[in-house]
Amino acid sequence: MKVKVDQEKCQGHNRCFVVASELFELDDYGYAHEVGDGTVPPGLEEKARLAVANCPERAIYIEED
Amino acid sequence: MTMEQKAPPKTRDWATDYDIFEQEYVRHPYPIWDELRENCPVAHTEHWGGSWMPTRYDDLFAIAQDFENFSSREILVAPIQPPPDAEASPFYGVRAPPISSDPPEHTWARKLLLPHFSIKAVSIYEEETRELANSLIDKFIDSGRADAAVDYAQQIPPRVIASMLGVPHEMADTFTGWVRNLLELGLTNPELRGPARMELLSFLNNQIMARREKPTDDLISRLLAAEVNSEPVSHIHLLGTCLLIVIAGIDTTWSSIGSALWHLAQHPDDRRMLIERPEIIQNAVEELLRAYSPVTMARVTNRDVEYGGCPMKENDRVLMNFPAANRDPAKFEEPDRVILDREFNPHIAFGVGIHRCAGSNLARMEMRLSIEEWLKRIPDFRLEDPSAVTWAGGQVRGPRNLPVVFP
Ligand code: HEM
Ligand code: SF4
Repeated sequence: MKVKVDQEKCQGHNRCFVVASELFELDDYGYAHEVGDGTVPPGLEEKARLAVANCPERAIYIEED
Repeated sequence: MTMEQKAPPKTRDWATDYDIFEQEYVRHPYPIWDELRENCPVAHTEHWGGSWMPTRYDDLFAIAQDFENFSSREILVAPIQPPPDAEASPFYGVRAPPISSDPPEHTWARKLLLPHFSIKAVSIYEEETRELANSLIDKFIDSGRADAAVDYAQQIPPRVIASMLGVPHEMADTFTGWVRNLLELGLTNPELRGPARMELLSFLNNQIMARREKPTDDLISRLLAAEVNSEPVSHIHLLGTCLLIVIAGIDTTWSSIGSALWHLAQHPDDRRMLIERPEIIQNAVEELLRAYSPVTMARVTNRDVEYGGCPMKENDRVLMNFPAANRDPAKFEEPDRVILDREFNPHIAFGVGIHRCAGSNLARMEMRLSIEEWLKRIPDFRLEDPSAVTWAGGQVRGPRNLPVVFP
Protein backbone atom coordinates (compact mmCIF):
# COMPACT_ATOMS: atom_id res chain seq x y z
CA MET A 1 0.00 0.00 0.00
CA LYS A 2 1.24 3.48 -0.89
CA VAL A 3 -0.04 6.89 0.12
CA LYS A 4 0.39 9.96 -2.12
CA VAL A 5 -0.28 13.68 -1.87
CA ASP A 6 -1.51 15.44 -4.99
CA GLN A 7 0.60 18.61 -4.88
CA GLU A 8 -1.86 20.47 -7.06
CA LYS A 9 -4.62 20.01 -4.53
CA CYS A 10 -2.81 20.30 -1.17
CA GLN A 11 -3.48 23.64 0.53
CA GLY A 12 -1.54 22.94 3.70
CA HIS A 13 -4.29 22.18 6.22
CA ASN A 14 -1.75 19.86 7.90
CA ARG A 15 -4.41 17.44 9.04
CA CYS A 16 -2.52 14.51 7.47
CA PHE A 17 0.65 15.34 9.38
CA VAL A 18 -1.20 15.54 12.69
CA VAL A 19 -2.97 12.22 12.07
CA ALA A 20 0.09 10.37 10.72
CA SER A 21 3.43 12.13 11.08
CA GLU A 22 5.09 8.82 10.14
CA LEU A 23 3.64 9.05 6.65
CA PHE A 24 3.80 12.74 5.76
CA GLU A 25 6.29 15.56 5.93
CA LEU A 26 5.70 19.27 5.54
CA ASP A 27 7.74 21.83 3.67
CA ASP A 28 8.45 25.35 4.99
CA TYR A 29 5.13 26.58 3.65
CA GLY A 30 3.15 23.78 5.27
CA TYR A 31 2.47 21.83 2.10
CA ALA A 32 2.54 18.08 2.60
CA HIS A 33 4.45 15.35 0.86
CA GLU A 34 4.44 11.60 1.46
CA VAL A 35 7.53 10.29 3.26
CA GLY A 36 9.88 8.54 0.81
CA ASP A 37 8.00 6.79 -1.98
CA GLY A 38 4.83 6.69 0.10
CA THR A 39 5.06 3.03 1.09
CA VAL A 40 2.91 2.52 4.18
CA PRO A 41 4.75 0.36 6.75
CA PRO A 42 2.72 -2.58 8.12
CA GLY A 43 0.44 -1.46 10.93
CA LEU A 44 -0.03 2.09 9.62
CA GLU A 45 -2.72 1.30 7.03
CA GLU A 46 -5.47 2.60 9.27
CA LYS A 47 -3.61 5.89 9.80
CA ALA A 48 -3.16 6.26 6.07
CA ARG A 49 -6.91 5.85 5.58
CA LEU A 50 -7.61 8.39 8.31
CA ALA A 51 -5.34 10.91 6.62
CA VAL A 52 -7.23 10.43 3.35
CA ALA A 53 -10.56 10.84 5.15
CA ASN A 54 -9.59 14.00 6.99
CA CYS A 55 -7.94 15.98 4.21
CA PRO A 56 -10.47 18.70 3.36
CA GLU A 57 -8.92 19.20 -0.08
CA ARG A 58 -9.27 15.50 -1.06
CA ALA A 59 -5.60 15.70 -1.94
CA ILE A 60 -4.45 12.35 -0.54
CA TYR A 61 -4.96 9.06 -2.28
CA ILE A 62 -3.99 5.46 -1.71
CA GLU A 63 -2.45 3.09 -4.21
CA GLU A 64 -3.14 -0.51 -3.25
CA ASP A 65 -0.56 -3.05 -4.43
CA MET B 1 -45.52 52.44 3.50
CA THR B 2 -48.28 49.98 2.70
CA MET B 3 -49.99 47.85 5.31
CA GLU B 4 -48.25 44.67 4.14
CA GLN B 5 -44.84 46.18 4.51
CA LYS B 6 -45.61 47.37 8.00
CA ALA B 7 -46.77 44.05 9.38
CA PRO B 8 -43.67 41.93 9.93
CA PRO B 9 -44.02 38.40 8.51
CA LYS B 10 -44.91 35.97 11.28
CA THR B 11 -42.18 33.62 10.33
CA ARG B 12 -39.42 34.65 7.99
CA ASP B 13 -39.02 32.65 4.79
CA TRP B 14 -35.36 31.83 5.19
CA ALA B 15 -35.03 30.53 1.62
CA THR B 16 -35.86 33.89 0.04
CA ASP B 17 -35.50 36.41 2.84
CA TYR B 18 -32.75 35.34 5.26
CA ASP B 19 -31.08 37.83 7.56
CA ILE B 20 -27.84 36.58 9.07
CA PHE B 21 -27.78 39.39 11.61
CA GLU B 22 -31.16 38.48 13.10
CA GLN B 23 -30.94 37.23 16.69
CA GLU B 24 -32.74 33.97 15.92
CA TYR B 25 -30.07 33.16 13.34
CA VAL B 26 -27.18 34.39 15.45
CA ARG B 27 -28.23 32.37 18.50
CA HIS B 28 -29.39 29.12 16.94
CA PRO B 29 -28.89 28.80 13.19
CA TYR B 30 -28.84 24.98 13.07
CA PRO B 31 -32.54 24.26 12.33
CA ILE B 32 -32.53 27.03 9.72
CA TRP B 33 -29.56 25.45 7.94
CA ASP B 34 -31.24 22.02 8.03
CA GLU B 35 -34.34 23.44 6.41
CA LEU B 36 -32.32 25.27 3.75
CA ARG B 37 -30.08 22.32 2.89
CA GLU B 38 -33.17 20.21 2.41
CA ASN B 39 -35.44 22.65 0.56
CA CYS B 40 -33.34 25.40 -0.95
CA PRO B 41 -29.62 24.63 -0.82
CA VAL B 42 -28.68 28.00 -2.33
CA ALA B 43 -30.87 30.54 -0.57
CA HIS B 44 -31.30 34.18 -1.56
CA THR B 45 -32.04 37.44 0.22
CA GLU B 46 -32.39 41.13 -0.55
CA HIS B 47 -31.17 42.11 2.92
CA TRP B 48 -27.82 43.79 3.40
CA GLY B 49 -27.22 44.48 -0.25
CA GLY B 50 -28.54 41.11 -1.39
CA SER B 51 -26.73 37.77 -1.50
CA TRP B 52 -26.87 34.06 -2.24
CA MET B 53 -26.15 31.52 0.49
CA PRO B 54 -25.20 27.88 -0.09
CA THR B 55 -25.51 25.56 2.92
CA ARG B 56 -24.44 22.13 1.60
CA TYR B 57 -20.88 20.94 2.08
CA ASP B 58 -20.35 19.98 -1.56
CA ASP B 59 -21.56 23.37 -2.79
CA LEU B 60 -19.28 25.29 -0.42
CA PHE B 61 -16.40 23.09 -1.50
CA ALA B 62 -17.09 23.64 -5.21
CA ILE B 63 -17.55 27.42 -4.97
CA ALA B 64 -14.46 27.87 -2.80
CA GLN B 65 -12.38 26.00 -5.41
CA ASP B 66 -13.78 28.07 -8.29
CA PHE B 67 -11.86 31.33 -7.83
CA GLU B 68 -12.22 32.14 -11.54
CA ASN B 69 -15.93 32.74 -11.16
CA PHE B 70 -16.07 33.62 -7.47
CA SER B 71 -13.70 36.44 -6.55
CA SER B 72 -12.37 37.43 -3.13
CA ARG B 73 -12.18 41.15 -3.94
CA GLU B 74 -15.05 41.56 -1.47
CA ILE B 75 -15.17 39.18 1.44
CA LEU B 76 -17.38 40.97 3.95
CA VAL B 77 -20.85 39.49 4.37
CA ALA B 78 -22.45 42.94 4.05
CA PRO B 79 -21.36 45.68 1.65
CA ILE B 80 -19.53 48.63 3.15
CA GLN B 81 -20.00 52.08 1.68
CA PRO B 82 -16.66 53.89 1.67
CA PRO B 83 -16.89 57.28 3.42
CA PRO B 84 -17.36 60.21 1.00
CA ASP B 85 -13.83 61.51 1.66
CA ALA B 86 -12.20 58.07 1.28
CA GLU B 87 -9.82 59.15 -1.47
CA ALA B 88 -8.39 61.89 0.73
CA SER B 89 -7.32 59.34 3.36
CA PRO B 90 -3.59 58.61 3.59
CA PHE B 91 -4.56 54.94 3.61
CA TYR B 92 -6.67 55.01 0.48
CA GLY B 93 -6.23 51.78 -1.46
CA VAL B 94 -5.06 49.64 1.45
CA ARG B 95 -6.64 46.22 1.14
CA ALA B 96 -6.14 43.01 3.11
CA PRO B 97 -3.95 40.69 1.02
CA PRO B 98 -4.04 37.72 0.63
CA ILE B 99 -7.62 37.34 1.88
CA SER B 100 -8.90 40.08 -0.44
CA SER B 101 -6.76 38.99 -3.41
CA ASP B 102 -7.36 36.74 -6.38
CA PRO B 103 -4.55 35.00 -8.28
CA PRO B 104 -1.99 35.95 -9.43
CA GLU B 105 -1.47 38.46 -6.57
CA HIS B 106 -2.94 36.00 -4.08
CA THR B 107 -0.30 33.37 -4.81
CA TRP B 108 2.72 35.42 -3.74
CA ALA B 109 0.88 37.36 -1.03
CA ARG B 110 -0.01 34.07 0.65
CA LYS B 111 3.43 32.58 0.15
CA LEU B 112 4.87 35.57 1.98
CA LEU B 113 2.91 34.63 5.11
CA LEU B 114 2.88 30.84 5.16
CA PRO B 115 6.38 30.16 6.56
CA HIS B 116 5.57 32.31 9.60
CA PHE B 117 2.47 30.25 10.42
CA SER B 118 3.74 26.69 10.05
CA ILE B 119 3.28 24.21 12.91
CA LYS B 120 6.91 24.75 13.84
CA ALA B 121 6.80 28.53 13.56
CA VAL B 122 3.78 28.89 15.82
CA SER B 123 5.14 26.47 18.42
CA ILE B 124 7.44 29.22 19.73
CA TYR B 125 4.36 30.96 21.15
CA GLU B 126 3.19 27.87 23.05
CA GLU B 127 4.89 28.54 26.33
CA GLU B 128 3.75 32.12 26.59
CA THR B 129 0.20 31.12 25.64
CA ARG B 130 0.15 28.57 28.45
CA GLU B 131 1.46 31.15 30.91
CA LEU B 132 -1.02 33.70 29.69
CA ALA B 133 -3.92 31.27 30.16
CA ASN B 134 -2.80 30.55 33.70
CA SER B 135 -2.30 34.19 34.63
CA LEU B 136 -5.86 34.91 33.46
CA ILE B 137 -7.23 32.00 35.50
CA ASP B 138 -5.28 33.21 38.56
CA LYS B 139 -7.33 36.38 38.50
CA PHE B 140 -10.72 34.73 38.91
CA ILE B 141 -10.26 31.21 40.21
CA ASP B 142 -10.73 32.12 43.87
CA SER B 143 -13.99 33.92 43.23
CA GLY B 144 -15.72 30.77 41.95
CA ARG B 145 -17.07 32.51 38.89
CA ALA B 146 -15.87 34.11 35.67
CA ASP B 147 -17.07 35.42 32.37
CA ALA B 148 -15.36 32.76 30.26
CA ALA B 149 -15.69 34.96 27.17
CA VAL B 150 -14.67 38.36 28.54
CA ASP B 151 -12.17 37.30 31.21
CA TYR B 152 -10.59 34.44 29.30
CA ALA B 153 -11.32 33.64 25.64
CA GLN B 154 -11.26 37.28 24.58
CA GLN B 155 -7.95 37.95 26.33
CA ILE B 156 -5.78 35.31 24.69
CA PRO B 157 -5.70 35.92 20.89
CA PRO B 158 -4.94 39.66 20.94
CA ARG B 159 -1.92 39.09 23.17
CA VAL B 160 -0.57 36.30 20.99
CA ILE B 161 -0.99 38.54 17.92
CA ALA B 162 0.68 41.41 19.78
CA SER B 163 3.66 39.15 20.53
CA MET B 164 3.89 38.10 16.90
CA LEU B 165 3.85 41.68 15.67
CA GLY B 166 6.24 42.78 18.40
CA VAL B 167 3.89 45.29 20.01
CA PRO B 168 3.24 45.63 23.76
CA HIS B 169 0.61 43.35 25.33
CA GLU B 170 -1.02 46.46 26.79
CA MET B 171 -2.35 47.05 23.28
CA ALA B 172 -4.54 43.94 23.54
CA ASP B 173 -7.75 45.65 24.67
CA THR B 174 -7.34 48.39 22.09
CA PHE B 175 -6.87 45.75 19.36
CA THR B 176 -10.01 43.99 20.55
CA GLY B 177 -12.01 47.23 20.45
CA TRP B 178 -10.83 48.05 16.93
CA VAL B 179 -11.59 44.60 15.62
CA ARG B 180 -15.08 44.55 17.14
CA ASN B 181 -15.81 47.89 15.54
CA LEU B 182 -14.54 46.64 12.20
CA LEU B 183 -16.02 43.17 11.98
CA GLU B 184 -18.77 42.83 14.54
CA LEU B 185 -20.57 46.06 15.45
CA GLY B 186 -19.25 47.99 12.46
CA LEU B 187 -20.69 45.69 9.80
CA THR B 188 -24.14 47.07 10.43
CA ASN B 189 -22.95 50.46 11.73
CA PRO B 190 -20.53 52.29 9.40
CA GLU B 191 -20.02 55.08 11.93
CA LEU B 192 -18.07 52.72 14.15
CA ARG B 193 -16.17 51.13 11.31
CA GLY B 194 -14.53 54.13 9.67
CA PRO B 195 -12.70 55.51 12.70
CA ALA B 196 -11.64 52.06 13.93
CA ARG B 197 -10.07 51.29 10.56
CA MET B 198 -8.25 54.64 10.51
CA GLU B 199 -6.87 54.21 14.03
CA LEU B 200 -5.75 50.63 13.46
CA LEU B 201 -4.07 51.54 10.17
CA SER B 202 -2.30 54.55 11.70
CA PHE B 203 -1.06 52.39 14.53
CA LEU B 204 0.25 49.68 12.19
CA ASN B 205 1.72 52.27 9.85
CA ASN B 206 3.77 53.71 12.72
CA GLN B 207 4.89 50.24 13.75
CA ILE B 208 6.08 49.44 10.23
CA MET B 209 7.95 52.75 9.99
CA ALA B 210 9.63 52.07 13.33
CA ARG B 211 10.74 48.59 12.19
CA ARG B 212 12.14 50.06 8.99
CA GLU B 213 14.36 52.29 11.15
CA LYS B 214 15.23 49.60 13.61
CA PRO B 215 14.40 45.99 12.72
CA THR B 216 13.58 43.70 15.64
CA ASP B 217 12.81 40.00 15.91
CA ASP B 218 9.16 39.95 14.98
CA LEU B 219 6.80 39.28 12.09
CA ILE B 220 6.69 42.89 10.86
CA SER B 221 10.49 43.00 10.58
CA ARG B 222 10.56 39.62 8.84
CA LEU B 223 7.96 40.71 6.32
CA LEU B 224 9.94 43.90 5.70
CA ALA B 225 13.02 41.83 4.96
CA ALA B 226 11.17 39.46 2.61
CA GLU B 227 11.44 39.72 -1.15
CA VAL B 228 9.09 38.78 -3.94
CA ASN B 229 10.79 38.43 -7.34
CA SER B 230 13.95 39.94 -5.79
CA GLU B 231 12.12 43.07 -4.70
CA PRO B 232 10.87 44.17 -1.30
CA VAL B 233 7.13 44.25 -0.86
CA SER B 234 5.40 47.63 -1.17
CA HIS B 235 4.50 49.55 1.97
CA ILE B 236 0.82 49.58 1.13
CA HIS B 237 0.83 45.81 0.69
CA LEU B 238 2.57 45.21 4.02
CA LEU B 239 0.20 47.55 5.78
CA GLY B 240 -2.76 45.62 4.36
CA THR B 241 -1.25 42.28 5.36
CA CYS B 242 -0.61 43.48 8.93
CA LEU B 243 -4.18 44.79 9.05
CA LEU B 244 -5.40 41.35 8.00
CA ILE B 245 -3.38 39.57 10.66
CA VAL B 246 -4.97 41.70 13.36
CA ILE B 247 -8.47 41.42 11.94
CA ALA B 248 -8.33 37.72 11.08
CA GLY B 249 -6.45 36.54 14.13
CA ILE B 250 -8.44 37.98 17.01
CA ASP B 251 -12.20 37.60 17.19
CA THR B 252 -12.14 34.40 15.14
CA THR B 253 -9.99 32.56 17.65
CA TRP B 254 -11.63 34.20 20.64
CA SER B 255 -15.00 33.02 19.29
CA SER B 256 -13.76 29.46 18.93
CA ILE B 257 -12.31 29.32 22.41
CA GLY B 258 -15.53 30.82 23.78
CA SER B 259 -17.76 28.34 21.93
CA ALA B 260 -15.60 25.46 23.15
CA LEU B 261 -16.05 26.56 26.77
CA TRP B 262 -19.76 27.16 26.18
CA HIS B 263 -20.05 23.56 25.03
CA LEU B 264 -17.93 22.12 27.83
CA ALA B 265 -19.84 24.08 30.49
CA GLN B 266 -22.96 22.14 29.50
CA HIS B 267 -21.46 18.70 28.87
CA PRO B 268 -19.88 17.10 31.93
CA ASP B 269 -19.29 13.86 29.98
CA ASP B 270 -17.18 15.69 27.45
CA ARG B 271 -15.17 17.40 30.19
CA ARG B 272 -14.54 14.03 31.79
CA MET B 273 -13.55 12.50 28.47
CA LEU B 274 -10.94 15.21 27.87
CA ILE B 275 -9.57 14.89 31.37
CA GLU B 276 -9.38 11.10 31.25
CA ARG B 277 -8.10 10.91 27.66
CA PRO B 278 -5.95 14.01 27.17
CA GLU B 279 -4.47 12.46 24.02
CA ILE B 280 -7.69 13.17 22.10
CA ILE B 281 -7.30 16.95 22.45
CA GLN B 282 -6.38 17.47 18.79
CA ASN B 283 -9.46 15.56 17.62
CA ALA B 284 -11.53 17.50 20.13
CA VAL B 285 -10.28 20.84 18.81
CA GLU B 286 -11.19 19.81 15.24
CA GLU B 287 -14.61 18.63 16.38
CA LEU B 288 -15.34 21.85 18.27
CA LEU B 289 -14.21 23.81 15.21
CA ARG B 290 -16.56 21.75 13.07
CA ALA B 291 -19.59 22.03 15.30
CA TYR B 292 -19.12 25.71 16.21
CA SER B 293 -17.36 27.08 13.14
CA PRO B 294 -17.18 30.81 13.66
CA VAL B 295 -16.41 32.25 10.23
CA THR B 296 -18.64 33.05 7.24
CA MET B 297 -16.86 34.78 4.36
CA ALA B 298 -18.14 36.16 1.06
CA ARG B 299 -17.29 36.07 -2.63
CA VAL B 300 -18.51 38.19 -5.53
CA THR B 301 -19.17 36.74 -8.97
CA ASN B 302 -16.85 37.80 -11.80
CA ARG B 303 -19.50 37.26 -14.46
CA ASP B 304 -23.04 35.97 -14.80
CA VAL B 305 -22.95 32.36 -13.61
CA GLU B 306 -25.59 29.79 -13.00
CA TYR B 307 -24.87 27.75 -9.91
CA GLY B 308 -27.19 25.04 -8.64
CA GLY B 309 -29.94 26.38 -10.86
CA CYS B 310 -29.54 29.91 -9.44
CA PRO B 311 -29.07 32.71 -11.97
CA MET B 312 -26.28 34.73 -10.38
CA LYS B 313 -25.47 38.06 -11.99
CA GLU B 314 -22.01 39.61 -12.26
CA ASN B 315 -21.01 41.20 -8.93
CA ASP B 316 -23.57 39.26 -6.92
CA ARG B 317 -22.46 38.42 -3.39
CA VAL B 318 -22.25 34.79 -2.26
CA LEU B 319 -22.01 34.00 1.45
CA MET B 320 -19.53 31.23 2.15
CA ASN B 321 -21.41 29.50 4.91
CA PHE B 322 -18.63 27.17 6.06
CA PRO B 323 -20.41 26.69 9.42
CA ALA B 324 -23.51 25.24 7.71
CA ALA B 325 -21.37 22.97 5.51
CA ASN B 326 -19.82 21.50 8.64
CA ARG B 327 -23.21 20.32 9.90
CA ASP B 328 -24.32 18.77 6.62
CA PRO B 329 -25.69 15.25 7.30
CA ALA B 330 -24.69 14.24 3.78
CA LYS B 331 -21.05 14.68 4.84
CA PHE B 332 -20.95 14.05 8.60
CA GLU B 333 -22.69 11.34 10.60
CA GLU B 334 -24.84 12.79 13.36
CA PRO B 335 -23.65 16.31 12.53
CA ASP B 336 -25.43 17.97 15.44
CA ARG B 337 -23.75 15.74 17.99
CA VAL B 338 -20.38 16.82 19.30
CA ILE B 339 -18.24 13.68 19.33
CA LEU B 340 -14.90 14.79 20.69
CA ASP B 341 -13.04 11.75 19.42
CA ARG B 342 -14.71 11.82 16.00
CA GLU B 343 -12.28 10.30 13.50
CA PHE B 344 -13.81 11.25 10.15
CA ASN B 345 -13.80 15.02 10.15
CA PRO B 346 -12.73 16.88 7.00
CA HIS B 347 -14.37 20.09 8.23
CA ILE B 348 -13.90 23.39 6.44
CA ALA B 349 -14.06 25.79 9.38
CA PHE B 350 -10.81 27.28 8.05
CA GLY B 351 -12.22 27.43 4.55
CA VAL B 352 -11.02 25.25 1.71
CA GLY B 353 -9.11 25.90 -1.50
CA ILE B 354 -6.55 28.62 -2.11
CA HIS B 355 -7.68 30.85 0.79
CA ARG B 356 -7.42 28.12 3.47
CA CYS B 357 -6.83 30.04 6.71
CA ALA B 358 -3.14 30.87 6.85
CA GLY B 359 -3.40 31.16 10.64
CA SER B 360 -4.99 27.76 11.21
CA ASN B 361 -2.01 26.27 13.03
CA LEU B 362 -1.84 29.28 15.34
CA ALA B 363 -5.58 29.16 16.01
CA ARG B 364 -5.44 25.43 16.78
CA MET B 365 -2.54 25.91 19.14
CA GLU B 366 -4.35 28.68 21.03
CA MET B 367 -7.53 26.60 21.27
CA ARG B 368 -5.72 23.49 22.43
CA LEU B 369 -3.74 25.24 25.15
CA SER B 370 -6.59 27.38 26.41
CA ILE B 371 -8.87 24.34 26.77
CA GLU B 372 -6.14 22.22 28.38
CA GLU B 373 -5.14 24.84 30.93
CA TRP B 374 -8.75 25.69 31.79
CA LEU B 375 -9.64 22.03 32.41
CA LYS B 376 -6.52 21.42 34.49
CA ARG B 377 -7.53 24.14 36.90
CA ILE B 378 -11.31 24.23 36.48
CA PRO B 379 -12.35 20.67 35.65
CA ASP B 380 -15.91 21.25 36.79
CA PHE B 381 -17.96 24.29 35.77
CA ARG B 382 -21.37 25.23 34.45
CA LEU B 383 -23.28 28.16 33.01
CA GLU B 384 -24.29 30.55 35.75
CA ASP B 385 -27.42 31.60 33.89
CA PRO B 386 -28.03 30.38 30.33
CA SER B 387 -30.12 33.46 29.55
CA ALA B 388 -27.16 35.73 30.36
CA VAL B 389 -25.08 34.28 27.49
CA THR B 390 -24.89 36.66 24.52
CA TRP B 391 -23.74 35.88 20.98
CA ALA B 392 -22.23 37.90 18.19
CA GLY B 393 -22.76 36.74 14.65
CA GLY B 394 -22.82 37.61 10.99
CA GLN B 395 -19.22 37.35 9.81
CA VAL B 396 -17.84 35.79 12.99
CA ARG B 397 -20.01 33.88 15.45
CA GLY B 398 -19.22 33.24 19.08
CA PRO B 399 -20.24 34.03 22.65
CA ARG B 400 -19.51 37.55 23.88
CA ASN B 401 -20.75 37.06 27.46
CA LEU B 402 -20.42 33.65 29.06
CA PRO B 403 -20.83 33.73 32.84
CA VAL B 404 -19.82 30.42 34.43
CA VAL B 405 -19.55 29.20 38.02
CA PHE B 406 -17.37 26.50 39.51
CA PRO B 407 -17.12 24.93 42.95
C1 HEM C 1 -10.42 29.60 14.96
C2 HEM C 1 -9.89 30.66 14.41
C3 HEM C 1 -9.95 30.99 12.96
C4 HEM C 1 -10.88 30.63 12.01
C5 HEM C 1 -12.13 29.78 12.20
C6 HEM C 1 -10.44 31.21 10.76
C7 HEM C 1 -11.13 31.07 9.57
C8 HEM C 1 -10.67 31.49 8.36
C9 HEM C 1 -11.33 31.24 7.10
C10 HEM C 1 -12.66 30.52 6.95
C11 HEM C 1 -10.55 31.75 6.11
C12 HEM C 1 -10.82 31.62 4.62
C13 HEM C 1 -11.32 32.86 4.04
C14 HEM C 1 -11.92 32.70 2.67
O1 HEM C 1 -12.09 31.59 2.15
O2 HEM C 1 -12.25 33.74 2.10
C15 HEM C 1 -9.41 32.36 6.74
C16 HEM C 1 -8.39 32.99 6.08
C17 HEM C 1 -7.30 33.58 6.69
N1 HEM C 1 -7.02 33.57 8.05
FE1 HEM C 1 -8.11 32.67 9.48
N2 HEM C 1 -9.27 31.88 10.96
C18 HEM C 1 -8.93 31.77 12.28
C19 HEM C 1 -7.81 32.30 12.89
C20 HEM C 1 -6.81 32.97 12.25
C21 HEM C 1 -5.59 33.43 12.85
C22 HEM C 1 -5.19 33.23 14.31
C23 HEM C 1 -4.89 34.07 11.88
C24 HEM C 1 -3.53 34.71 11.93
C25 HEM C 1 -3.10 35.56 12.63
C26 HEM C 1 -5.63 33.98 10.65
C27 HEM C 1 -5.22 34.46 9.44
C28 HEM C 1 -5.84 34.25 8.24
C29 HEM C 1 -5.32 34.69 6.96
C30 HEM C 1 -4.02 35.44 6.74
C31 HEM C 1 -6.24 34.27 5.98
C32 HEM C 1 -6.17 34.52 4.48
C33 HEM C 1 -5.58 33.38 3.73
C34 HEM C 1 -5.65 33.55 2.23
O3 HEM C 1 -6.49 34.31 1.74
O4 HEM C 1 -4.83 32.93 1.54
N3 HEM C 1 -6.80 33.30 10.92
N4 HEM C 1 -9.50 32.17 8.12
S1 SF4 D 1 -4.41 17.44 4.97
FE1 SF4 D 1 -4.50 17.59 2.76
S2 SF4 D 1 -4.34 19.72 2.29
FE2 SF4 D 1 -3.69 19.42 4.34
S3 SF4 D 1 -1.48 19.26 4.27
FE3 SF4 D 1 -2.33 17.23 4.22
S4 SF4 D 1 -2.53 16.82 2.09
FE4 SF4 D 1 -2.28 18.98 2.22
